[in-house]
Order: sequence, then structure tokens, then C-alpha cells
Amino acid sequence: MEVAKYSRGQGADLKALRDKKLKGQLSVKEKLYGQSAKAAAKAEKWLMPNDGVLGPYNIGYTSNGRYMLVGGQKGHLAMMDMLHMDLMKEFEVRETVRDVTFLHNEQFYAVAQKKYPYIYNRHGTEIHCLKEHGKALKLQFLSKQFLLASINSFGQLHYQDVSTGEMVANYRTGLGRTDVMRANPYNAVIGLGHAGGKVTMWKPTSVKPLVTMLCHHGPVTAVAFDRGGNLMATAGVDRKIKIWDLRKYEVVHSYPARAQSLDFSQKGLLACSNGSQVEIYKDFGGHDYKLYMKHKIMKGYQVGKVLFRPYEDILGIVHSMGFSSILVPGSGEPNFDTFVDNPMETTKQKREKEVHALLDKLPPETIMLNPNMIATVRAPKKKEKKTKEIEEEMEDAIEAAKNIERKKKTKGRSKPSKRAKKKEEDVFKAKRPFLEQSDKIDGRPDKKQRIGEEVELPKALQRFAKKPQS
Amino acid sequence: MRVKVISRSTDEFTRERSQDLQKVFRNYDPALRSQEKAVEYTRALNAAKLEKIFAKPFVGAMNGHIDAVSCMAKNPNHLKAIFSGSMDGDIRLWDIAARKTVCQFPGHQGAVRGLTTSTDGDLLVSCGVDCTVRLWKVPMLKMVDTSDRTGDNSQPSAVYTWKHAFWGADHQWDGNLFATVGAQVDIWDPDRSEPINSFEWGKDTVLSVRFDPGDCNILITSGSDRSLTLYDLRMSSPARKLIMKTRCNSVCWNPREPMNFTAANEDTNCYSFDARRLDEAKIVHKGHVSAVMDIDYSPTGREFVTGSYDRTVRIFNYLGDHSREIYHTKRMQRVFCVKYTYDGTYLVSGSDDTNLRLWKSKASEQLGVLLPRERKKQEYQDALKERYKHLPEVKRIVRHRHLPKPIYKAANLRRTMIEAENRKEERRRKHSAPGSMPVQPFRKRRIIKEVE
Repeated sequence: MEVAKYSRGQGADLKALRDKKLKGQLSVKEKLYGQSAKAAAKAEKWLMPNDGVLGPYNIGYTSNGRYMLVGGQKGHLAMMDMLHMDLMKEFEVRETVRDVTFLHNEQFYAVAQKKYPYIYNRHGTEIHCLKEHGKALKLQFLSKQFLLASINSFGQLHYQDVSTGEMVANYRTGLGRTDVMRANPYNAVIGLGHAGGKVTMWKPTSVKPLVTMLCHHGPVTAVAFDRGGNLMATAGVDRKIKIWDLRKYEVVHSYPARAQSLDFSQKGLLACSNGSQVEIYKDFGGHDYKLYMKHKIMKGYQVGKVLFRPYEDILGIVHSMGFSSILVPGSGEPNFDTFVDNPMETTKQKREKEVHALLDKLPPETIMLNPNMIATVRAPKKKEKKTKEIEEEMEDAIEAAKNIERKKKTKGRSKPSKRAKKKEEDVFKAKRPFLEQSDKIDGRPDKKQRIGEEVELPKALQRFAKKPQS
Repeated sequence: MRVKVISRSTDEFTRERSQDLQKVFRNYDPALRSQEKAVEYTRALNAAKLEKIFAKPFVGAMNGHIDAVSCMAKNPNHLKAIFSGSMDGDIRLWDIAARKTVCQFPGHQGAVRGLTTSTDGDLLVSCGVDCTVRLWKVPMLKMVDTSDRTGDNSQPSAVYTWKHAFWGADHQWDGNLFATVGAQVDIWDPDRSEPINSFEWGKDTVLSVRFDPGDCNILITSGSDRSLTLYDLRMSSPARKLIMKTRCNSVCWNPREPMNFTAANEDTNCYSFDARRLDEAKIVHKGHVSAVMDIDYSPTGREFVTGSYDRTVRIFNYLGDHSREIYHTKRMQRVFCVKYTYDGTYLVSGSDDTNLRLWKSKASEQLGVLLPRERKKQEYQDALKERYKHLPEVKRIVRHRHLPKPIYKAANLRRTMIEAENRKEERRRKHSAPGSMPVQPFRKRRIIKEVE
């Protein structure tokens, strides 16, 4: 901290004064000058570029957009109240920080440090060390289920319930190391982008991914999900940004551009960071995304992560010299709902919200691709009856089997009974693939004479008819 | 160039005085809320679980009798009061709120079989196996003074002796006549020492009687010849008779639909009839595993309570074929009489173990005055359970009731027997000529005939 810069020269020499009253007044003033110089020096650290000494930053906002958390690669962590521009807590962890995220509110946050992710209090006190996650590269918090999801350097996905501390799931993706992870806010599904160009979507209750899509010809560099749940934007090393429709899994738009990071705003604007510029796309009706704004930062500085601030028209940009934010008109939701997210929360409202969120905590089984399927009726499965085509095919195969040329053996080995038996076996072999679809026991031909259902039996004898096996 | 961006000033969002309420802003856009259905389903599940946690239906027991409680009576003018008569002739007036006896009415020499109050609640009529009908003046003002506990005994204001033992009594809803039944149906005027009218159909004992709340001249009786007989006081002879396969122990009219009545039968079912069409039961209410001894309707007319010989009390919906609720206690033996209080919140059961027990009608209800927020929350949770009650997990929790082992086993046995009988009947029907064995609905099966 360079206090000397702000002190405006040396302090006055008060020893030479004889006048005691004047001396007292001036010394008070000198003290005030010293304090204001210190405060100015502190502010400089925040609001002025700090030459990127502390590494590229990762940022996170709370869901109501009021608090921001920054974590520098070199271990510098700080939390700010963006409403009053107050620095709430700032400290150093002195090891690599790979990702930061708030938990359900600003009271707790998770930091992916060098070896394991840690959970800290709002005062900066370390509360938990999450050893099972391993070397986490990215963290995402699913707020309705209170699940902290992390992807680590071995490509393992971990889900942990932060309210009870229970590890819910732990899956090996099988697709190698990846650090592209995003949670879909519509259905709480985690999307991972892999080095082969695949994007997989995961839920905590299944070992295999829900969906695997081949999106790009090279590694995927960024993934973002729209709040409405219909759109996904992906960017890859093949210099393409694609916007996908998640209902049909088809490309809606494809741009020839690079993107280091992508983010959708509450109103559907898409921000892409690319080199030293940030491009913002907007849909002018009907998912027709066109370029809306471009923002270039100072020459030579590289833009890292971009993140829209909820409920404000602000985009936070992380670049190699620190952090800055730009105004993007029309990106934030102007009307908030007090019971969903309140940027102007009082302490009491915050406490009530936390309690209600815990009471309504969803079990991990409720995560699914279509969240509206809960409490709907599942259509009954109809038993597929043997269609006429399959029967015809079976008969053709039987005919063919009967007509094959069989070798005539000599020395009494070709008895008619043996020939007939061989013929029957060939017919059975031809019928076998069709029988597997039907419901006969053992796959053997029924030698017993059974009365079929087509025969009209009186009611009393129907118990002796062969019932179709279910 | 003017650019429009969101700008919020904290002034608009802070309240002016600390006594003011915080301002609430709403945006009903569904895009702001994700996974709504899952949240609602989780809330419904939690609501079902909470209902089970708070389900404590037993309020208290009123003890004092020294023999089994045989009958009870209540009056709409006094909500806190209930009369009970026991098998040794002791009649008591209870204060339900304090669960104490206010007053005793000694005098009967044998079991008290019928108890009823007059329309204005000032007169209590009791009749018993000692062939007497006693009228008592009821000191209702004593209820206010709770310091006066087991109270002094009262003298009957009139004692009428008659020729035969009595089995039941009931008072008109609107007039001043009351009816007693025993060997025959007698109609009394409280000022006369002899019945003013008598009805008889057959020589069998009549077991219980009820006046119709809608029409003060109609009454229904159940007899030991397995019949239900309808009488009209304006006519000189009984109106209609319905003979069933088993005897009905008790009958009750629906207070909100006075043409319908429900009869509690010995064959463990309750049958609801429309009095205008007696050839077929409207609904058969199944559930008990032993004879149903008594039945009473809630003042809303939407549910009724039954007490049975199998030591349980069940609450049925008036249109429901299975019970909504079952109450049992280890200490409660054969239940002989049940009554719903006139505010619909409580039910009183009198049983063989000389106690009257007070139960809540809705087991998880919070009694007392609720704050508006509490009430709204309760209504929301009820609506959630109603909406999701068909889903398997919620249904399992809502339906679950703990049954005592003898009842559970008896119910399983009954189910096996009924299924076996149904199967056999199906087979007989299959093996006989089509049309020779007509299918008879269960509602008609237990009725033999209707006689004019």
C-alpha cells in the first residue's frame, strides 16, 4: 500500500511552534490528513488496477446480485457488498485458488484451493475442508437442493449436500480432465464440456450422463445455459460459438468466433469474452441472436471470465489487470420478487429466507431434464404384439431352412429319422431369433398340443386354455 | 446520448418508520422460479409427514361411572354438556371442558337404556329396563360454577311406570313429544303419565328410535326382527318396513339431508338409505371387523362416527365406503355409544370400561384460536395434500394408520374370506347357464324385502 503517494508531501513540523493552542489544532488536522491518506491508499487497491500481481481472478455473485466474491489465482480472496461498495472481508490464503462460489447466501462461500475446496464464513473463518472432492477445478452450487458440485483434475464429478454434509454422489466421467462446468438454472443439471468436443449433462442419481452431445470439432472452452431452460451456448477451440436448442438438441445459431467464457443474462443476453474484447449478443425476437454491443479493454490485456450481475444492468469482466464492470442496458431483470431474490434484503428477511429454503430443500432425486414431469401420469406401456411382418419373416426363414441341401452320409449314418431330426433342428435355429421376441418358455417349440386363444371356448373351460405369459 | 439502465435507490426500498411493515415487491414471472413442481411436491410430502407427527386425537377420559356406559345424550343449546347413563342406573351430567361430573341423577334400578333431552334443553328424559320413564329438571346454570364438583343429587320431577322394559328413547327436534321403544313404540307427552299413542308391527322387541330432524313427525326404529321401520305420527299405523339379513343396532338421520339415514348393522357394515327408496342402500360403509354398536352424525352432515364391538371408533365420510380415521386405545373396551359434539370438533365415546373418552374429530388439528397466518398455512398444507394425495409416497403416508394386532389380523381374515366367497361365486356363475345367476350389487344383497 503506497500511503506516501496520497499524503501530499511531508507533514508540517509542529515542534517549532510556540503557540500551544495553534499546535493542538494543527496536530489534530495532521492526524486527519494521515487517516485520509491511508483510506485513499486502501481504495486504490480496489478501484485502481493493481498490475495483475495477484493473478487472474475468479468471480461469483450471490443470487440477488448484492454481494460479489473475487478470488485471485495467487490466493487473494475478498468479498464486497456491491450495493454500498463496501469491502466486507479480504484475506490471503497463500495458495492457488481455482474457483470461488457463494453457497445459498453471502454467509458462506466455497473456494477451490490447491489441494481441496474449502468453505469459509463471511468473516473469512475456514469452516470446512472438503477432502473427498480432491483437486477441484470448478465449483457450482445448486441452490434449491443445497448441493455443491465440483469437477476435479481426474474428471470426477462430486455432489455434496452442504446442509447435512453428506456426499451424495461421486462419478467418474470417463472423459478426462475438464474445467468447463456450468449448472443449468432451469433444471439443476450440470453441463460439462470435454476435450473431445462432447458436452455431457449429469444428475446426481445416475452413473451415466443424461445426455451426451458432440458439439465441436475440438475441445470445448465454454458452456452457458439460458435461464429459461431452452438454450445452451457452447464455444470451442474450432473457433465457433454455437447456440443449441435443448428440446431438439439442434443448433439454432453458429458464429465464427472464439470465446474464452460465455454467460447468459437474466434477460437472455449472451456475453462472450474473446481476446481483449467482450461481445454481447441479443435476440431481437425469435431466438435470432445478433451482435448488440462490443467492448474493448486496454491494449494487450486479456479478458478472462465474464459474469452478469443479477438484477442489474452490469457485466463484470475479469482481465489480466484485475476486474472491471461495464453497463449493458437491458441485461438485468428490473422487477425483483421479494420472496425469490431481494437485492435490498434486511437481516430478518435473510434469516427467514434461509429457513424457508432449508425447509423446502429438494431431494437430489428431483433433478431431471424436464422438471415439470413430477406429479404427471406415466403412460402405460403397451405390450407389443407380433406384427404380421415379423410372422411373415419367420415363415420365410422356416421355408429357407427346410430347403437347404443336407449332406448325405454313407455307411448307414444317414437314416431317415436322423435326417428328419437334423431338418427340425435347422428349422428351430431359423425360428430362434423370432422366438426371443415372443413369450414361449425356454425358446423350445411347444410339443404339447395346447388350445390357442383363437378357439372359442365356453367360459367354464377357459381356465384350461393356454394363457399368454406376461 | 441518453442510455436507460436499471437504477435503484435505497430510499424507495426502506421503510419510513420502524413500526411500518417492510415493503413487498412481486414479480410473478415463472422464469424467475425454477423447479416449482418439485418444490410443491416436497412441501406436500412434508405436510403429510407433519400431519402424522401432530396427530394426537385423544384429549381425555371422563371417569366416574362404576359400570359400563350404555347411552349418551346431548343438546344443541348447551355445547359443553353431555349426559351419560350406565348399566347400573347411574346418570351423570358432564362438563366436557373440565371433564368432570356436574350433577348426578340417581334413581333407576337397572340399566338405563335411553337418554334424551327436550328441545330447549331443560328437561332430561331417561328410560330403563326397570320399566320406568323418569323426567329430570336439568340444572344447566351449575355448569357455569365449576367449583361445585361432584355436585348434589337431583330428584326426578316425574316418574312414570309402564308395562314393559324400555330399550331406547328419543325426543322430537321441534315439538315436545318424545318416543320410547321396548316391546312397542310409545309416544309420550311430558305432562301425561301414560303414552298418548302406541305403534306396533309384529311382536318383536324394538331396539332403537330416532326422530327425523327435518320433519318432526317421522321417526325410524330398528328392531330385533332385523327390520327398520318408518313411522309417521300423523298416521295411525306404521308407514314402511325394511327387513335385512342382520339386525341394526342403531340408526341416525343426516342432519343436513334429513331424507337420508344411516343404520349401524350387526354384520360390521353401516348402510346409508334414502328414506324414499328403501329397496336399495345408497352406500355401504365397510371397515369395522365386529358389530357396529352406535352411530352419530356430525352437525355438518358430512361425516359420521361409529363405535363398534371391536373396541374401535371410526370416522367415515358420509359418502365414503371406507373410514377416514380410526381411533383405538388399549384401555378402551367395547364401545357402546358415540356422540359427535354440536360444534363438530370433538367426539365422545362411551365404552364397556366405564369411561367416556373425548377425541378430536381431526386428529392433527390445532385447537384454540389460530392467528390468520397459522390458519392460512394450515389451509395451504391441506390444499397441497389434497393435490398430491394420489402419488404413491404421499398416499402411503396419508393412509397409514396403526391398528391393534387383533383388529389387523381380523381384517385380513375377513378380506381373505370375502375374496374366497367372491371367487367361488364367480366360478358358480361361469359354470351355470348364462343369465341364471344374476349379479346382485352389494347394496341390495343384505336387504331381504321392503314391506308396506
